[in-house]
Amino acid sequence: MAAFDSSRLNGWQQLAIKYFFVAIVLFGAQVLFGMLAGLQYVKPDLLQQAVPFSITRIVHINAMVVWLLYGFLGSVYWLLEDESGVPVVGLKLGNLAFYLLTAAVVVVVVVYLFIQIGPGNDLTRWLITEGREYIEAPRWADIGIVVCALIFYYNVAATFMKGRFSGISGVLTLDLIALAGLYLAGMFYQVNISHDQYWWWWVIHLWVEATWEVLVGCILAWGLMTILGTRREIVTTWLYVEVVLMLGSGILGLGHHYFWIGMPDYWLKIGGFFSALEPIPLVAMVVHSVYDSGEHRLRNINHPAFAWFIAHTMGNFFGAGVWGFMQTLPQINLYTHGTQWTASHGHVAFWGAYVTIVVPMVYLALQKGRGNVWMGSGLVGAWRWKWALTLQALGTVGMAMCLLIAGYVQSFTERAVGGSTWEAYFHAQTQPWFTQAMHWRMVFGVIFSLGFLLLAWDLVAIGVGERRPAEALPPREEAAAAA
Amino acid sequence: MQPLWQREDFWRKAAIFVTAGMAVVLILLTFDSMAKSSAGKGLVPAFAVINQQIDYRFDDARNMRVPVVEGEQLLFGKRLTEAEAEALVSHGKKTVQAKNCMDCHTLLGNGAYFAPDLTKAWLDPQWEGMETLTETDTREAAMAAFLEHPSHYATQDRVMPELKITPSEARAVVAFLKWMSAIDTNGFPANFDPHAEED
Ligand code: HEC
Ligand code: HEM
Ligand code: HEM
Ligand SMILES: [Fe+2]
Repeated sequence: MAAFDSSRLNGWQQLAIKYFFVAIVLFGAQVLFGMLAGLQYVKPDLLQQAVPFSITRIVHINAMVVWLLYGFLGSVYWLLEDESGVPVVGLKLGNLAFYLLTAAVVVVVVVYLFIQIGPGNDLTRWLITEGREYIEAPRWADIGIVVCALIFYYNVAATFMKGRFSGISGVLTLDLIALAGLYLAGMFYQVNISHDQYWWWWVIHLWVEATWEVLVGCILAWGLMTILGTRREIVTTWLYVEVVLMLGSGILGLGHHYFWIGMPDYWLKIGGFFSALEPIPLVAMVVHSVYDSGEHRLRNINHPAFAWFIAHTMGNFFGAGVWGFMQTLPQINLYTHGTQWTASHGHVAFWGAYVTIVVPMVYLALQKGRGNVWMGSGLVGAWRWKWALTLQALGTVGMAMCLLIAGYVQSFTERAVGGSTWEAYFHAQTQPWFTQAMHWRMVFGVIFSLGFLLLAWDLVAIGVGERRPAEALPPREEAAAAA
Repeated sequence: MQPLWQREDFWRKAAIFVTAGMAVVLILLTFDSMAKSSAGKGLVPAFAVINQQIDYRFDDARNMRVPVVEGEQLLFGKRLTEAEAEALVSHGKKTVQAKNCMDCHTLLGNGAYFAPDLTKAWLDPQWEGMETLTETDTREAAMAAFLEHPSHYATQDRVMPELKITPSEARAVVAFLKWMSAIDTNGFPANFDPHAEED
């Protein structure tokens, strides 16, 4: 009965589903190319000349950035109507932006894979690659992305203007301006590599440690109201508290990337101090979610989404808060900077903070799309989502541990003792602890991949054939009174 | 009346003021940092530094290694004006971007971890041995030869692939690497010794 039926959804929700679909496909590409890149560490002659490590890695991390952004766009489109109380403004344009963006993504990936590099001139940067980590996309695509972002922004802002302008929508609207505006900081060429990296970090750091965190804060606030029935005043107040703590620490925390790139040494103090405060909002988030869950005695309408939301708060705290904090003081970072420590942190943080917020939104969307069906206890095939989450968490933590050991060998052997020379680098890379860690990373990579496949299967299958309607939550006011 | 810390409007105002305040401080610091790190203005050398000899030595007062610029040491035997040097370094920088070097290597410690950090590549003690391997007699010629055909001079199983780097691009990249090695990076990489004895 309940196969996916788009007539149950309004135009916006259908658009959100399209974004989610592409997101999950690209998640698959990310995992595939991550596995290839990891294999190239273990078997260096694998595709060495045909698809070198630089290319497998570019596809791996670009697919990640793009699919997470798709997930965010889908999530915002999904909650827009519910939050504003009016139909969304500008559906045709919104759909157009989706197709434009997706076409651009396909072309960019094909060029990465088959053209790969170009001569050292301006044309290469416009058409093939910009060669700057995470934002390698050539300039023409940057401009396309900005155009699509403006359309998206128009949809969001115009809808909130017409309908209800809540605390969540206020934060969301301002945050999206900052998020899109920061992308511009990565769009110009500079000879001076110190200046180049200064602005590059505005995009990377001020995205993941400021604007993306605030965005997922909005999504989480809405998510908790929707599946637990938490009161609006509570989530809104918490959202403001999080903004204070997050941006109060994260904006100047940017300085933890300015220690060694040719910037004045006051950044050692400023960056070290403010970034060390960044874990505080992440602790607050854990407290908030655990408190709310207890308040509602874990009663919620969508078990898989709820479990992933909890994984989000924990993952954000450990991956970003703990793993980031470990290397954020300059005295430590001098030796860990640019080693596998960094990669270890990058993996737990991105999975823990961002994968885990997009996935539950997809579950919420599928629940509606399949006829607002039951996704509570006794759900048929619940083992799939449980194992998908477990295997991905296990795979991520396992990979992070391997990379941490590898990073430790590097910071000790290559950085501290060897002084980071060419020879010292390979001395560390060939240490048994390092090479073993690289092999074990692949084992956990396989575990993660299984978790991905199960997730993809579950997203296709969950709720299909389910006839019970979704559990109804007590109205939000009642929930408050009962507490 | 709820206490202040439970009031939504208090936290809304706090969010606005804290965010705006931090942003203003960041912008002010940005002006200062940009000024101090412009080429030739202090931390980052003028491009014409590629005409000179560069070293990386321990500085007792700062308790770290710092780049030291002294005496003339022309690159490929040519003395360049500041404008010519900038054009050459820029060609090198564009080549570095066009070949995705930073998706295997780190530069100033940022990038990928599959290959050595290139911050001080110009000063790396291994180039002496590479001169023999590439049958060249200067450091810059050895580097250019390596960059044009890295797989011919591989020292490892993990080979740097052929990236179709032309001779003029290779020379430009060497200029870029030489210039970068003179940036004052607050002591990163620590303990890097350009004169370390070779095995
Ligand atoms: C696909 C990965 C990859 C890419 C892309 C790549 N390299 Fe390399 N590079 C390597 C590896 C691996 C080595 C070590 C080779 C060896 O020792 O035989 C290396 C070695 C080097 C070295 C010598 C090591 C040192 O510390 O001085 C230099 C210099 C260098 N590369 C510069 C570059 C430049 C410049 C670019 C871009 C134009 C580039 N590489 C692109 C993988 C890569
Ligand atoms: C969800 C939030 C976060 C994400 C997704 C994230 C992700 C990343 C990634 C991918 C990198 C590597 C960047 C590169 O390729 O060079 C990085 C670097 C770094 N992160 Fe985070 N991070 C987050 C939060 C934090 C927090 C809260 C802290 C500090 C408390 C932190 C500290 C650092 C430091 C110090 C580095 C530099 C590592 C180096 O010197 O090589 N991060 N982060
Ligand atoms: C499925 C198994 C995976 C494998 C085998 C894998 C492997 C790799 C490899 C080899 C790199 C290059 C690191 C280097 O330069 O040395 C990398 C980078 C990266 N991967 Fe993965 N990856 C996997 C999954 C993921 C997932 C699920 C995420 C996040 C959602 C992720 C996020 C990243 C990030 C952010 C980087 C850049 C790190 C940095 O620059 O510090 N990866 N990965
Ligand atoms: Fe950061």
